[in-house]
Formats: sequence, structure tokens, C-alpha cells
Amino acid sequence: MIEPLFSKDISGCAIVGIINTKGKPIKGDVITEAISVMHERSNGLGGGFAAYGIYPEYKEYYAFHIMFLDEGIKESVEAYLQEKMVLVKSEDIPIRKKMSFLNTPILWRYFLEVPQSKLTPKITEEDYVVSIVMNINKRFKGAFVFSSGKNMGVFKGVGYPEDISRFYRLEEYEGYLWTAHGRFPTNTPGWWGGAHPFALLDWSVVHNGEISSYGINKRYVETFGYECSLLTDTEVIVCLLDLMIRRHRLPIDIALNALAPPFWSEIDSMEKNMREALTALRIVYGSALLNGPFSIIIANSESMIGLTDRIMLRPFVAAKKDDFVYMASEEAAIREICPEPDAVWSPKGGEPVVARLEVQI
Amino acid sequence: MNFSYPEFLVKVSENCIKCRRCIKECSFGVFSWDGEKIKINHEKCVACHRCAACCPASAITILKYPVSFKENHLWTEEILRDIKKQADTGGKILTGCGNDKPYPVLWDKMLIDACQVTNPSIDPLREPMELRTYLGKKPEKLEFWHDKSGEIKLTTVMEPQIKLETPVIFAGMSYGAVSLNVHLILARAAKELGTIMNTGEGGLPQELLPYKDHIVVQIASGRFGVNLEYLNSCAAIEIKIGQGAKPGIGGHLPGEKVTEEISRTRMIPAGTDAISPAPHHDIYSIEDLRQLIYAIKEATRYRKPVGVKIAAVHNVAAIASGVVRAGADIITIDGFRGGTGASPKVIRDHAGLPIEIALARVDEQLRKEGIRHLASIVASGGIRSSADVLKAIALGADAVAIGTAALIALGCHLCQKCYTGLCAWGITTQKPELTRRLNVEEGALRVTNLVKAWNLEIKEILGALGINSIESLRGNRERLRGIDLDEVYLDVLGIKPAGR
Repeated sequence: MIEPLFSKDISGCAIVGIINTKGKPIKGDVITEAISVMHERSNGLGGGFAAYGIYPEYKEYYAFHIMFLDEGIKESVEAYLQEKMVLVKSEDIPIRKKMSFLNTPILWRYFLEVPQSKLTPKITEEDYVVSIVMNINKRFKGAFVFSSGKNMGVFKGVGYPEDISRFYRLEEYEGYLWTAHGRFPTNTPGWWGGAHPFALLDWSVVHNGEISSYGINKRYVETFGYECSLLTDTEVIVCLLDLMIRRHRLPIDIALNALAPPFWSEIDSMEKNMREALTALRIVYGSALLNGPFSIIIANSESMIGLTDRIMLRPFVAAKKDDFVYMASEEAAIREICPEPDAVWSPKGGEPVVARLEVQI
Repeated sequence: MNFSYPEFLVKVSENCIKCRRCIKECSFGVFSWDGEKIKINHEKCVACHRCAACCPASAITILKYPVSFKENHLWTEEILRDIKKQADTGGKILTGCGNDKPYPVLWDKMLIDACQVTNPSIDPLREPMELRTYLGKKPEKLEFWHDKSGEIKLTTVMEPQIKLETPVIFAGMSYGAVSLNVHLILARAAKELGTIMNTGEGGLPQELLPYKDHIVVQIASGRFGVNLEYLNSCAAIEIKIGQGAKPGIGGHLPGEKVTEEISRTRMIPAGTDAISPAPHHDIYSIEDLRQLIYAIKEATRYRKPVGVKIAAVHNVAAIASGVVRAGADIITIDGFRGGTGASPKVIRDHAGLPIEIALARVDEQLRKEGIRHLASIVASGGIRSSADVLKAIALGADAVAIGTAALIALGCHLCQKCYTGLCAWGITTQKPELTRRLNVEEGALRVTNLVKAWNLEIKEILGALGINSIESLRGNRERLRGIDLDEVYLDVLGIKPAGR
């Protein structure tokens, strides 16, 4: 495993997401077909998937996917996990061992529980898990937690997304929500941790773009104790969402407005309540504004959200068919798996598309 | 015997049409009429260029006085002149304007990023570019309430904010140090630009009341002109603890400058010296500052932000943290290049810190302590151009204050003789025949033009950075690189070297 040399991830990319709002399972090959249509948008230096609803038998436990440089670092991280968490199950992540990729790390997954004794009124279970993840990523050189939610998992590596899917045998998984990413980095070496999605707890983000405001977004989340260990701009989006939605309890729509707010000229002409709300939002959460070209698909166990920057400098298309909602960089990717959608549209810059799960999983 | 001799040589060429305008224009008394031609007293020239600028025949040239000192890097010409002056007079040397010594200008050692290929730059002529800035205390987070219809309402009560349409504001300059016309010009420009001017410590002239929503009133150690009406005739109140040009030093407006009008505004008898003590005599420590901040907040019913201005000194980060914890809503940090109407030269030239360093340290310290949201940071002291503004914001400033740059737009040539009260451009003088040289309408237009031009340039650079709102640049040090700086400087500034 190679650590990143550059602190900024410059890349063009392909993204796609599918959700079944009734929670019906979708097989991993479906999203693989969609992302592979956009092969030209990646260059073989990064592909990845996030899947929700894939570990129903362990849905009460935090599923950590960790990549290790060698057995030595794996042992020390495992000792640390034993000390801090209750280990329910530990196993290797199933892969096709014959496929060869650049710098393939050791890939392992753990199902973990938080010991109640570690919690205080000030530290919630989720805060505790976040701190464990940050600690491993920051302090254990050669180890990297790339997935830490419940009943969900991230699978990623250095390769074209369709190859990464085969490598992880994703056709064997079923989930109600999938996102995928194909990467076209211009400057990072083949580091597995640098591929998308980025995830923290059950939040995951696939991102096409470059965040011109990264420097301040990063410093902003750092004041709240987040550590951007990966040094890539996408990770900061996950931290911002975790901060605003989980810790500050902002309504999701409001938090999305902080990431891509309307222009002042629009806010000034809104009716009073909305004007006051958004004015305050921009005043207080200005450092959370994501500036620069991006389209992203954000997911958690309850929803899938698509968002572009305020002036839509990256492509983004959404579609609907029965219980399914699709989002992608290109319409072709959606048509590949859903030839005749009920509706296809290209949302306005900064206008989120939110697809919520309508059932309890 | 007087050992001092002229600094400048004034020459009148044969083009002179003997109109004698230079005699009228020079307030320092360089020119006189001997019945046939212009007589020149070189000794009095300060190089303010008023004569040259006004001469209809372009007949006047001003040169450095051509005496060659024996070259010496220790005993420089300036040192020799100062020693002789002090031997002549036995006094401390006074000066005006900001530190002019060749300390490194760190603005010129920082380079701005730009977009290429992977990230499109944005054309400010086609896309919106937002410079709007709010100064004041912010809550750490917001709370909202949803009603049944899905309507969202903000439930957090926001502290008072000053809304600015540009991140450039005008620095505190007192009525007394500058003329009423300067105040009127800055107030008008502030209104036109959607920004604020600062009265400095000399009270609020009645003529400025129509502009009160664009005025910050100052409370300094002299407490001139402070009463309830003063505190309520403004957008915000600033407690001035220090000034970059003279950290730790008070102020002294000589009695001859205290005219009837200034006496009324400052609320002191006409003709008496207006003394601002070095410290506030009711602030001997941080808890006293807190009391004053809250006394002012009480007096203004918590409707106005209360700021504190400090000079950039060695321990500025810790001091700023204390000031913010004491309740300041805005903290202004004035670097050692900041201007002054009068300061002992030895202090101006040797005390304090560059604003670049102070700003970087304060922003970082407040972030480390998790209290950055509690106060806005205004940086001042030697901001010369839109590039400086941009770099200051990228280092972490919410806004920058300009004083000297605005005065240069009005004609100031940095002759550094503000303390004499003889300013030939009508800026730092109270003599009616001089102050009327400054036309309020024209001056307001010139200052407005300057800031508008900077706004355009800032938008241009933001576009090149692929950013369409100033808050995405604020504190975004990732977009700066240091050139020709050693590791310690880079570390203090919190930026990477060029090439990384």
C-alpha cells in the first residue's frame, strides 16, 4: 500500500447510484453494468462501490472494512480493536485471488460492538466509533478503515470499477442501495485508500470533481475534532455531512443547502422565514460551502442524495422507474440498466435530488 | 550651529510662468516671491508633490538632496540625520504614516493558485461572484424548526451582524488627525460601497449622522466624544486598545489642532491638548476589558457588535484569544505597517509584527481553541492592493481595513508629515484653507472607484481560483504558496512552499 504523495485529489470521474425505495434487494452486477458503460470516464486508477443492506444477519454491528499493508500492522490494529470494541466476528473479505492489481493490500472485515462502559453522557456511541476510525487512520501507519457503518459496506481498489466489482465478487451481494465510482486521477499513485466511495459510519460519498474550497472545508471540520487523514478532498464531504446532520442535527435539506447554497441575490428575494434561515445558514456554515466543480451522490441507510455545485460544472442526471431512483454522470449509464425510465431529468445546479427509503430495513 | 541640512532639492525650470501658484499651494513654506522670481527654501520641502502636481507649466522638479554621504551600512544617512536632529532639539523624533523600513513584506512572498484543466475557472463577467461578508459573533451551530407543512424556520437567535458588500472596510482615523472632509468622504464612500468607515477615537462629527449605519464609532483611552448618543449612532462600536504604528503608545493631539469644531466633537475645551493615555485607565487586565465590552453591550441593548482593535505584537495570538473570550464580536489586528497621524519614530519603526504573521497566528489559534466563530477577524496595517486583500482573506481574515490606501487615493504622497497639521492635500490638517482643497464629492468618487476596482480584481482572481463566493477563500490557505520563505515562516503562515 502506498501513502498519497499529494494532499489534493485531482480527478475527473464517473458516478452512479441506484436505490429501491421499497427496500427490495438489488444484485451487485446491476450497478456494475451501469458504471462499466462509463469506462471512458475512468483510467483504471480507482473504482469502488458502496452497498447498503448487505449484512442483514449482522445489522446490529458496526462493519469495519480495513485495508492493511502487512500482517504486522494488522496485528496491532486488531489488538487496538480488542481493547476498544467488542469483536463479534472477524473474517477476510471474499475476493477473486487470481485477479492481480497494483499494490493489493490485505483486506479484512470486522463486526464490532461498542462496549457500553466506554460511553458517557457527552460521548455517544457514534462519536466513539468516529474517534476509533479517525485514530486508526491517523496513528496506525499502513492501516486504513474504509468502511465503518452498520449493514453496509464499501468495496474499492485501484482498477477499473468493473474489475474491482469482479475482484470483490459483488455479484454475490444484495442490497437495496448501491453507489459506484470510476476514477480518473491525474496525480495520485495507486493507493487503494484513495479510491471512492469515502465512508464514515453509514455515510458514503462518491464524488466527481475537485473542491476548490477544500483548504477551508478541511480546517473547518478540524476545529470540530475531525482529522482528514486521507488528505483527499472527498473525505471532507463525509466529515461535513457527519458534522451538520448527525452532530448539529440540521435537517438534511438545510445541510445540503449549506454545501451548495443559493446565491445571495436569490436568498434576498425569498419570503421571510426562508430568507432568514438561509441567510443565517450562509453566515454560520460558510466554511462548509463546497466550491468548485462537483457532482456527488451521498448515501446513508435511509436515503440517496444527488447534488451538484451551484453552477453545475459537472454532469448529473437523475431518473425514476417504479420504486427505483437512479442517478449518474451520464444518462447512458441509467439507460443500460433501465432502458425505459418513467422520468429522466437533469437537476438545476445546487438543487439536491433526494430519494428516501420508504420502509424500515 | 545647526548640523541638519535639506532632504530634498526643489528646482524651478525656465518654463516657470511666474504665476506664483506654488507659493499658495505649498503649506510648508518652501516658496516665496522675491519681487522678480520664485525663491526656494529647500530645507522645508517634504516631497509631498503638491507644488509639482499643481504647477500649470510643469516647471517644478523635486530631487533627493544631492549630498553624498560616505557610504556606510551601519551609519546610514537616515541615522546620521536623526542623530543631528536630536542633537539640535533634544526631543524625540515624531513621524506620521506607517513603518517604512525594509522589513520583509510577506504579501510579496505569497503566490495565489489558479485553475487549469481539471477544474474550470469561472468567468466573473458571466457568472455571479459573491463578496458579501458578515462581521459579528456567530453561533457554533444553528437550530431549525419544521412545521407540519414542511416549512422551515430558524429558531436560533442570531447575534447582531454587520452586512458588507465587499470585504474591504475603512480603518479608524480620527477627526482631528484627519479633516472633516476626509470623514465625510469615507462615510459617503462606505454608504455607496455597502461597507463601513471607522471614526477613530476623535468622536463623531454631527455631519456624519446621516451615514450612521455605515459607521463604526471608536472608544479609545481618551474616551473623546463618548456618550449614549454616540454609542447608538453607529453600526458597531470598537474599543481601541492599540494601533499597529504605535503599539503601547497613546495619542497626543496638540492644542492648536483642537478647533471649535473638534472641541465640540471630542467634548474637550478648545485649544487644549487632547491626550489619549497609553493604556485605558480602566483596563489594566483582560477582565477589565470584558467589563467594558459588556458595559457597552448593555448600553446598546445587545443590538450592536462590539469590536476590539489591538496592535500586532509578539504574543498576539494568545492576546486575541483572551479578547475573544472576553466577549469581542470583532477583533481587528493592526500590523506594524499601519499608518498613524503621529507616532514616535522609534516605536513606529521597531515595535510590533507584520500583519501577515499576526493574522495567520490569530486565525490558527482561534481555530485550535474552537472559538473562531465567536469573533470576526479584521486585518489591517499596510494593505496595498486587491492581491493583499485576497491573500489576507486566504490566511483567515473576514475583512481587511484600509487607511493609507484610501488616503493615497485622495492625494496623500506619504511625506510622513501628518503630525505637523500642514498637510498640503487637505487630509491631515484642520486649516480651512487646506481642508477645502479636498472636494467631498470628488474624493468620495475616488475612494469608491478604488474599492470598486479592487472588487473587480478580487472577483477576477476568485474566478481564476474556481471559486464563486468569498467564504470559500476565507482561511483557505491551500490556495496560497510561499516563495523565498524558510520553513519557520511557512510554518507560522501555515502555507506550503511553491512546488508542493
